[in-house]
Amino acid sequence: MTAFTFAQKAIARAAGLPQVDIGTVVEVEPDRALSHDNSAAIMRIFADTGAKRVRYPERLAITLDHAAPPPTTRHAQNHAEIRRFVREQGIRHFFEIGRGICHQVLSEEALVLPGQLILGADSHTPHFGWMGAFGAGVGRSEMAAIWATGRLWLRVPETLSIELRGSLPEGVTAKDLALHILGRFGADGGTYLSVEFAGEGVASLDVAQRMTLANMMAEFGVKNAYLPPDEKVFHWLAVRYARRTGVGPEEALAQVQKDALYPDAAAPVVARHVVVLDELEPLVACPHRPDHVLPLSAVSGREVHQAFIGTCTNGRLEDLAAAAAVLRRTDGSTRHITVPLIVIPASRTVLQEAVAAGYVQTFLEAGAVLGTPGCGPCMGNHFGIPAPGEVVISTANRNYRGRMGTRESEVYLSSPAVVAASAVTGRITHPAELEAG
Amino acid sequence: MWQKRFEGRVWKYGDHVNTDVIFPGKYTYTLARGPELAAHALEDLDPEFARSVRPGDIIVAGVNWGCGSSREQAVTCLVEAGVQVIVAASFSRIYYRNAVNNGLLPIVCPAAVRAVEKGERIVVDLEQHEIVCRKGRFAFAPLSPALREILEAGGLIPMLRARLAGG
Repeated sequence: MTAFTFAQKAIARAAGLPQVDIGTVVEVEPDRALSHDNSAAIMRIFADTGAKRVRYPERLAITLDHAAPPPTTRHAQNHAEIRRFVREQGIRHFFEIGRGICHQVLSEEALVLPGQLILGADSHTPHFGWMGAFGAGVGRSEMAAIWATGRLWLRVPETLSIELRGSLPEGVTAKDLALHILGRFGADGGTYLSVEFAGEGVASLDVAQRMTLANMMAEFGVKNAYLPPDEKVFHWLAVRYARRTGVGPEEALAQVQKDALYPDAAAPVVARHVVVLDELEPLVACPHRPDHVLPLSAVSGREVHQAFIGTCTNGRLEDLAAAAAVLRRTDGSTRHITVPLIVIPASRTVLQEAVAAGYVQTFLEAGAVLGTPGCGPCMGNHFGIPAPGEVVISTANRNYRGRMGTRESEVYLSSPAVVAASAVTGRITHPAELEAG
Repeated sequence: MWQKRFEGRVWKYGDHVNTDVIFPGKYTYTLARGPELAAHALEDLDPEFARSVRPGDIIVAGVNWGCGSSREQAVTCLVEAGVQVIVAASFSRIYYRNAVNNGLLPIVCPAAVRAVEKGERIVVDLEQHEIVCRKGRFAFAPLSPALREILEAGGLIPMLRARLAGG
């Protein structure tokens, strides 16, 4: 076999092998190991291994984001223990509460680069496929093992190819694309697979859209996702790499490109799906599964009691821009929300840019609540847990029963513009349905 | 000691059971280990489970068991409850890894899942690679040697501890 998938190339690189066969189990050395508030639990497992020092402290990245600022004493205690560990072990890449969500922060800091392999104690680690990196989620014990040894076993996955054709129509987003894939192929349609996107449609997606798409492939069951990196990706990362490291622009560009990997055209795949972007429409995932997907038009008018814009899937500047555009009338006045709208930027950088662009002003004028950059109420820790019987429309990635902290609540998932329009009417609403102006 | 035969009473569940209903996210940063976990096992799926589960009980489920979050308590809460084996039509990948790494045996056997009924007693035999239930015997694929090594050691961390102690 002389043609290889992206997954084969990335795993071979991280395993230090010339090539790897699909289906074999190999030991890899991840370039980056991500964890968050769960680092406190990982520390206890790490102690159980008998190891005293983290093998490669410079490869770790720890972000306090899941319950930040801490809502309870126990959460605060976790954070305090993590800070102590970070100091003792000399972990440089540590991000305090309010810096943002791990996947967004590591992207913004260019702490992961194309072609690299990152393992994260977080199921949304396929996120890093947006830049053509290999990102996979692992458990806490596995992260403790990586801290202790710098290595972990991985099975080389089969690859599913999804070819994107054309470009998204006006008002249709990468969230709709992700929901389309989930609805069409099912929540286990990508289980154990490297889902590798291809086709000219990839180039039509901006960086934020690529992040949304790769991130939400977690709900598809994938091991990792992959979009072939192009100039857009390299330039986005090079600016941030230069900012963090202080190297010049040319050196930064060379660094972010040097390990980029592309699958061979004849690489073996289990299936090739085609998605024609031009044919997509706004979609909504209905309770209680992310693959329970219906056209927006089919659920439009259903009552909601709370709206939430944020998370690693849809908390970026472009998402806030889309929401703010719905709330701002063409005459410059602001629409008012009729149910609580919680807006949580994915990072402090996003928040700063949203302030500068005037989006925050729009949200506040509309009556929205602004939360500390982080995961917010996504998994029911704090900042917007619904009451029993309440219905939430959210830009998050999961709507499992009880996900937001209340078993007897319902969660719909959609794009930021639809969430904003729904907050205005108190019903699931297409932005175009809002009164003219 | 590596157990090769498991016999127990069945709790049967459907497809796409996710980790949020196996172990709710609101506890993930306050409850990390210990018997307390068992009290919340399957809390949002089947409240009866935590009340009535007995050591040795076996969970039998449909496709994509354990999809969603990577939280390891979705495995360890069941281990704490005394569950040693899960038979499913398929597992989500992180759940499968977490199960192996915590010494919970994940068996993939769609035919047995179709045949087995709630409450019956079944046998999972690792030497014959078969599940014996009221409706017959159903074969499953043997575990890969790398995974078997972890399970035989009692999980990833015990294996690692032994390896690091051995130099």
